[in-house]
Amino acid sequence: MADTLLAVDGLTRVFDVSAPWLNRVLEGRPRQLLRAVDDVSFSITAGQTVSLVGESGCGKSTVARLVVGLHAPSAGEIRLIRPDLRLQMIFQDPYASLNPRWRVRSIVAEPIRTLGLRSDEAAIRARVDELLGIVGLGASDGDKYPHEFSGGQRQRISIARALASEPEFLVCDEPTSALDVSVQAQILNLMKKLQRELGLTYLFISHDLSVVRHVSDVVAVMYLGRIVEEAPVETLFRRPLHPYTRLLLDTIPDLEAPRRDRTPMGGEVPSPIDPPKGCTFHPRCPLASERCRHERPELAARADAGRVACHAVEEGRHK
Amino acid sequence: MTQPVLSVRDLRVEFPTRSGTLVAVDGVSLDIAPGEILGVVGESGAGKSMTGMAVLGLLEPPGRIAAGEVRLAGARIDNLDERGLERVRGREIGAIFQDPLTSLNPVLSIGDQLVETIRVHTRCDRRTAREQAVAALTAVGIPAPTTRIDHFPHQFSGGMRQRVVIALALCANPKLVIADEPTTALDVSIQAQITALLKRLCKEHGTAVMLITHDMGVIAETADRVAVMYAGRLAEVGPVLDVIREPRHPYTRGLMGSIPSLRSRVDELVQIDGSMPRLDRMPPGCAFHPRCPDAGPRCARERPDPHPVGTGAVACWLEQGGVNGG
Ligand SMILES: Nc1ncnc2c1ncn2[C@@H]1O[C@H](COP(=O)(O)OP(=O)(O)OP(=O)(O)O)[C@@H](O)[C@H]1O
Ligand SMILES: Nc1ncnc2c1ncn2[C@@H]1O[C@H](COP(=O)(O)OP(=O)(O)OP(=O)(O)O)[C@@H](O)[C@H]1O
Ligand code: SF4
Ligand SMILES: [Mg+2]
Ligand SMILES: [Mg+2]
Repeated sequence: MADTLLAVDGLTRVFDVSAPWLNRVLEGRPRQLLRAVDDVSFSITAGQTVSLVGESGCGKSTVARLVVGLHAPSAGEIRLIRPDLRLQMIFQDPYASLNPRWRVRSIVAEPIRTLGLRSDEAAIRARVDELLGIVGLGASDGDKYPHEFSGGQRQRISIARALASEPEFLVCDEPTSALDVSVQAQILNLMKKLQRELGLTYLFISHDLSVVRHVSDVVAVMYLGRIVEEAPVETLFRRPLHPYTRLLLDTIPDLEAPRRDRTPMGGEVPSPIDPPKGCTFHPRCPLASERCRHERPELAARADAGRVACHAVEEGRHK
Repeated sequence: MTQPVLSVRDLRVEFPTRSGTLVAVDGVSLDIAPGEILGVVGESGAGKSMTGMAVLGLLEPPGRIAAGEVRLAGARIDNLDERGLERVRGREIGAIFQDPLTSLNPVLSIGDQLVETIRVHTRCDRRTAREQAVAALTAVGIPAPTTRIDHFPHQFSGGMRQRVVIALALCANPKLVIADEPTTALDVSIQAQITALLKRLCKEHGTAVMLITHDMGVIAETADRVAVMYAGRLAEVGPVLDVIREPRHPYTRGLMGSIPSLRSRVDELVQIDGSMPRLDRMPPGCAFHPRCPDAGPRCARERPDPHPVGTGAVACWLEQGGVNGG
């Protein structure tokens, strides 16, 4: 497809989490490998938002870091529409990613200088003022330091800095998870406005399903390093097929229809170091069969739209 | 009417600093009945934890209760000395915090911690205490409790640790539990298990719970009533479903509108512009007036106090004679 900005194919990342070599030898312990991301494939259309969602440790951030090149893949590949595609990342903790000793103006100007996007100081200054305006800050805010701002304002600063390199593609790893809901609303509204006006493409990462529903065109649900279901946002929320997607949607408190008598489902995410055989979700799955305990389900096309990896769905046992 | 387990009246928490006194909690009054869960919500810095810490008598100096009263089952506890407070904490008030590791001793097995707590409060022998500890772990859903009781905190997952903390907080059968963001660090599936557990234990034992969280969804499914805090003050209090369906304070309305829906999609979320005022720049009148879409001249001059409206109470001039009068 001509408008596929980025395609990820068979992406895998393994971390060596073994004890130090000497301990291993002395204590006779084997090498331990952790497959944080396991055979993940997806693509993103220009101007769209694809979200990765799932519980802590399922590999969302690792995918994000692989996509922007902060980790090298152990296997698989990442194809960009053009080798010079400009991409940037926005992190969860806006404070940690801003240099506390620099004024905001210098922080935002840095990518402009590094990339040589403006030639003289006056033009750089004008561009920084423009960027601060775009994210809803005033030009006078440029003379302050990061600690003088609230969490939401700091996230605006990191967005302004990300925009300074004129990216087409932004990878946003939990950009609002550290913020209050009222501040989150400001940031989400801003991100949507930037997408409309600048045609940005987002890979959006969140564990919050209501946020994901609000921002996404396509949603991929991850469990223990793998995508278990992927579909256009409305399809996924109206007709979730994978038992894990259903569990997630069933478990989140719903403000509009709170279920005060719920009996929560048991179980926890197993360790990624020694994941269950077959379908890794089978110990928690109400539909698990003998086949699920041995054979790993592959991602296959859903009948309507998207993909799902579940034997019960394939066998029609999920209805 | 039954006597409330917790009764807070006009609580004021101050932090004296070199540049003046900061008021972190200002004129807060609330009651919690036996078996009732009161949710406390509000954005970061609104004074939720300070309210809980003041009740527990755990304010870090120089922070102090500068005015008001805290009563537990009718008796004042805000004026107790440290020995008296220690007796009340643990036996009559249990505490659960966001990070279970802060409440657990890493070098003691969880069994030793439970047994010690139970013996301090009930003065029974070790064997009886251990039996009670196993029962407490069973009650919070720890599988194989007779084996797990000898394990150390690091051998449990985050969700399991929080269950152990709940067992620890409840093993002395306290009248009141203060739970400050007990599920914030946990995944949704674990969060649902923990809140269901809290709810069940509270109903079974008639424990009163103050559930502090910024997550409105958790409040909606767990709390009986909710108190919305803004800038150290109560903006609105009422039965949880009434407040969610028909928020009356402009801040609560904005807060509800800013939460993305699971059922439908809007182009733009309701946005409350600006941010909560800092403690050293508290505006006169209603603390929310600089951000309020409904504010009138009275709001900048006079401070509204919570006033009974419908099933709850609201601190807003809109509900008390209009924003222009006064
Ligand atoms: N550098 C690393 N070395 C070893 N293990 C790692 C490393 N980075 C991540 N992991 C492990 O890989 C798995 C996936 O981690 P990742 O941070 O991608 O999860 P996540 O989905 O972003 O979780 P969260 O919602 O908690 O941010 C986890 O088990 C994590 O402990
Ligand atoms: N030691 C201190 N000195 C001065 N001010 C303090 C101190 N500790 C807390 N505060 C202030 O008291 C106010 C209330 O803080 P509190 O911790 O109760 O907020 P909260 O509602 O629990 O927020 P969060 O959701 O972030 O936990 C904040 O403005 C905070 O900055
Ligand atoms: S009192 Fe006035 S400013 Fe405060 S919330 Fe009500 S209308 Fe808004
Ligand atoms: Mg992450
Ligand atoms: Mg707090």
